[in-house]
Amino acid sequence: MSDQSEQLEDFEVLLRDLTDELVKEIERGALADAVNLLQTINDARNKDLYQQVGQLTRALHDAIRDFQLEGRAAANQKGAFSEMADATDRLNYIINLTHNAANRTLDKVEECEPIARNLGKEAALLRNEWGRLIRREMKPQEFRDLYRRIDLFLIETELQTGVLGGNFSEITLAQDYQDLTGQVVKKVITLVHDVEDRLVDLVRMASKVDRITGIQPMNANKKTEVIDKQIPEGPVVNAEKRGIEIVSSQDDVDDLLSSLGF
Amino acid sequence: MNKDMKILIVDDFATMRRIIKNLLRDLGFNNTYEADDGLTAIPMLNTGNYDFLVTDWNMPGMTGFDLLKHVRADPDLKNLPILMVTAESKREQIVAAAQAGVNGYIVKPFTAAVLKEKIEKIFERIQK
Repeated sequence: MSDQSEQLEDFEVLLRDLTDELVKEIERGALADAVNLLQTINDARNKDLYQQVGQLTRALHDAIRDFQLEGRAAANQKGAFSEMADATDRLNYIINLTHNAANRTLDKVEECEPIARNLGKEAALLRNEWGRLIRREMKPQEFRDLYRRIDLFLIETELQTGVLGGNFSEITLAQDYQDLTGQVVKKVITLVHDVEDRLVDLVRMASKVDRITGIQPMNANKKTEVIDKQIPEGPVVNAEKRGIEIVSSQDDVDDLLSSLGF
Repeated sequence: MNKDMKILIVDDFATMRRIIKNLLRDLGFNNTYEADDGLTAIPMLNTGNYDFLVTDWNMPGMTGFDLLKHVRADPDLKNLPILMVTAESKREQIVAAAQAGVNGYIVKPFTAAVLKEKIEKIFERIQK
């Protein structure tokens, strides 16, 4: 961008110099020379401006193309990225990955839940029987049953805690999406920044063009963020910067609702 | 509070529906059904004789806010208790939901304890 602004400055210098000359030529009455000078100014202006717009367009185009190429290169290295040639695919990939991770975790939790419940239930029953034994309320046959049940319970506990342990490590492993999605999100953020930088360049450039050509952009001063409270947007980020009032916790929600008579 | 009451869970993310369903089961509510947005929820509500509605706000098709307004405007459904469980956390949204007649409002992420407390509070108030 710096050489582009230099070019613009060059043009301004040229414009100033040639205008002085132009006035002198007109005063001298050399109209043909004056017209030639006007032509030179016009040529320089066109050349500079079109060149710069061209350069920026190419830069933007390159940024988009680079991103797609990157996606394709990644596809050749890792099978998982084969259909991720653009940002939308990347983001869809994240949705899938987090969806699968959540389901895998919930599956395992649902598996663990009845195991823990049954162990607890059996332990409660045995503790009750054990109490009867301590209080010497137990007949010999009942004691033999209890003896056998405790043995079975210990075997079962050993076995089932093994299953629980296995499920716990699967739940832990299901959290590996954070690493993968983090990498993909970072890539998308980089792309967004690249495109933004180039757009900012383009806007800066356009404002220079406006300044030189004297064009007033339309609606230049109408820049407000209109927030429609009825349109949901999911979790709010940067609320303070955007001047949006949000609640920071469930307690805030409760306070707000109770202030409304809830 | 009747633990056999029929509950409709409306959320566009299957995972969130599953989490809410599991939490409700842990609280002893097993009679739960699911819908993925307001448009699929309405026909279920019309014919299903539901006792309680738990809905998200931000959904494609028909949002939970529109579903809330629809239910309150329907003479057959207007008394149905509604709990909103949503990531929408703007103050004016909460005020709007309250004005539209929501019975409880939970912001995501939330805990099992909060869900339990809100459900108890809603039915406590209804029984009074």
